[in-house]
Amino acid sequence: MTTMQEGAVGGPERVARTSAAGAGGSPALEFASAWGYAPAPETTRVEIAPSIGHFIDGAFVESASGRLMDTLNPASGKALCQFARGDAGDIDRAVAAARRAQPVWAGLPARERGKYLYRIARRMQERARELAVLESMDNGKPIRESRDVDIPLAAAHFFYHAGWADKLGYAYPGGSPKPIGVCGQIIPWNFPLLMAAWKLAPALACGNTCVLKPAETTPLTALRLAEICAEIGLPDGVVNVVTGDGEAGAALVEHRGVDKIAFTGSTEVGKRIASSLAGSGKRLTLELGGKSPNIVFEDASLDQAIEGVVAGIYFNQGHVCCAGSRLFVQESIHDRVVEKLRVRLASLRVGDPLDKNTDVGAINSATQLETITRYLDAARSDGLGVHEAKSDELPADGYWCRPCFLTGAQPSHTVAREEIFGPVLSVLTFRTPDEAIARANNTPYGLAAGVWTDKGGKIFEIAGQLKAGVVWLNTYNRFDPASPFGGYKESGFGREGGVHGLRAYLDLS
Amino acid sequence: MADARAASFATRSIKTTAKRAGLRLAMSMMDLTTLEGKDSPEKVRSLCAKAIRPMPDDEALLGERVPSVAAVCVYPAMVPVARERLDGTGVRVASVATGFPSGQYPIDVRLRDTERAIADGADEIDMVIHRGAFLAGRYDEVAEEIREVAQVCDEGAREVHLKVILETGELVTYDNVRRASDLAIESIRPGDFIKTSTGKVSPAATMGVTLVMLEAIRDAWLGAGKRIGMKPAGGIRSAKQSLHYLVMVKETLGDEWLTPELFRFGASSLGDDVLRQLVKLETGRYPAMHDFGQA
Repeated sequence: MTTMQEGAVGGPERVARTSAAGAGGSPALEFASAWGYAPAPETTRVEIAPSIGHFIDGAFVESASGRLMDTLNPASGKALCQFARGDAGDIDRAVAAARRAQPVWAGLPARERGKYLYRIARRMQERARELAVLESMDNGKPIRESRDVDIPLAAAHFFYHAGWADKLGYAYPGGSPKPIGVCGQIIPWNFPLLMAAWKLAPALACGNTCVLKPAETTPLTALRLAEICAEIGLPDGVVNVVTGDGEAGAALVEHRGVDKIAFTGSTEVGKRIASSLAGSGKRLTLELGGKSPNIVFEDASLDQAIEGVVAGIYFNQGHVCCAGSRLFVQESIHDRVVEKLRVRLASLRVGDPLDKNTDVGAINSATQLETITRYLDAARSDGLGVHEAKSDELPADGYWCRPCFLTGAQPSHTVAREEIFGPVLSVLTFRTPDEAIARANNTPYGLAAGVWTDKGGKIFEIAGQLKAGVVWLNTYNRFDPASPFGGYKESGFGREGGVHGLRAYLDLS
Repeated sequence: MADARAASFATRSIKTTAKRAGLRLAMSMMDLTTLEGKDSPEKVRSLCAKAIRPMPDDEALLGERVPSVAAVCVYPAMVPVARERLDGTGVRVASVATGFPSGQYPIDVRLRDTERAIADGADEIDMVIHRGAFLAGRYDEVAEEIREVAQVCDEGAREVHLKVILETGELVTYDNVRRASDLAIESIRPGDFIKTSTGKVSPAATMGVTLVMLEAIRDAWLGAGKRIGMKPAGGIRSAKQSLHYLVMVKETLGDEWLTPELFRFGASSLGDDVLRQLVKLETGRYPAMHDFGQA
């Protein structure tokens, strides 16, 4: 086409037609320069106290030892504030408070317990923007995710379980569901507030009281949730939050006053917890690591599948236990899928988590960045192709990793076997459906899986043979409080969410 | 996933300088349209004046000129009127043809319709496909008709560009939209367009449908090196919507499609809202609609 003729009022600067087609190369797409988005920083201001204590028996208190730790903003590497470093003494105080509160809480009419949960949910919604900003500051995840996923889902878990509080008899007809008692709950740093909600909401709905131990790099939103509990008048001791590192976690696991442990985190720590609880009579649920397969057949809607693959691995910087980190592509479409992935990767925006247009934020900690870097080095030394998003310059400070995918990966390569917990996708191939299933199941884990095909019959045939707790069909990373989540094999046991999730917090005997 | 992906573009936050650049770009990509039975020559002349100079007091209010729109889009009977006003201005004359809006006419009549519009001065032809044939599965027939119209566009003395209207509101499913897009792209020349809607059927353009069509264009470019343009039309009334579409184009097809040569908006009232937002950006106040000349 010709450009505008003379006499026209000048339009915006024309984009130079430098495409490869004119220059004789192969067609390509550029996403570099035209019409850049101006910075769109989230402007909500969040107050953070210089030092924050544990929340025990309805009040914020210092550690008995007086010890403190820093929590950092991973996007800058700078400290946000200090928080109490809990030990066995603090855990003991918290468990005692929970123990005192438990009969009172369980003795409330069930409908009254439900009302408290509704109040927590509503207050979370009212303070949603503040919680989202705080989550992004402490964790490094983009504000569009904390704002659109983490916080709304966390509130949804409280709403959902509020409804169950007075209907537990219907969940288990014929039984007489009773609370278990005091629950010790240890949560990871990837979805700090959401994991707190997954743990607390069902436990409270079933009449239990809780001691929650947030991860050492992300304690702030759980403490803000404790503030909300106080604000809405939740009885003292029903929810207690003890912050700190593995020392506090271990003390909670070993405390004799705890009736149940729920842990979400690494498989390595999960195994240690399981062995230390052996013979103690405490109940246990574990939600551990994963190396989930995402299987794309040649008859899938490819552009849709690419979206699912991208959502599956780059969501939350890949810090997702159910991340679709092994992509199995049918041989016949491998090259097309790789090309489409490359194009899609080019439009991902990596950078300031508090910019509303950021798609991929900061890696949560220096330690995690080291882990990811180690795996990428292994991939390179194994001779794999490492394809990185060629996006904007990364910030100088803080912890950053460009989203990438690896081609030439074989099932025996370390990067295709071990959980990386970062924005790194291994691309593998298969020829027949049987081979897809065999390769997908060839892992010690079994948390989630994805299947992409437009053939309905094939969907159900494949889904039934995948050893995974969650199987997504033509979608990925979809969560709902009504849907149970949990793993097979080394991904743990027990389910969270839905009617199945209540089971872990009830005594049916 | 297509709907989820389409919705995600609307969550981009376009502020300050990006907003100004985006709004100016949207204005320059507009096919200012009037397609009514009661269209008068005078209305078309008003539209042409607006197309050439959307806001005569732009320099006083904004400190710079607002770009002209890309084209004025009218029925064939109004082409001579538009031609007379737009000659030499750089704003192109687009005419719907081929039995718009239904396409339910014999092919010879539809081709004649096209020839006449071109003879009267149309630079661009917005044709409709024969949805009856498409929905009945007679894809070859649809493709052949598009090729014949493209042939007519090729034979004129001037360069005439073709836009193929799929009328996605009647195709209903994304599978149909994708199939019709592939078929149209196959049948037209590089630089021609595919277009969502006539504006006479609801729903007209949607983000989801446009994304599916952009993906077809992307595959044709990366696969066959054929560069095709895109025109969503109907129902895009607010400046904010137009920015959502531009975000989608930028993130699906990249830099090169951010030009009126490869992307257009078919709209009748979008222009005024773009002007309102430009004034608001500059002065902090919204002007009233009566501050802009009617078209």
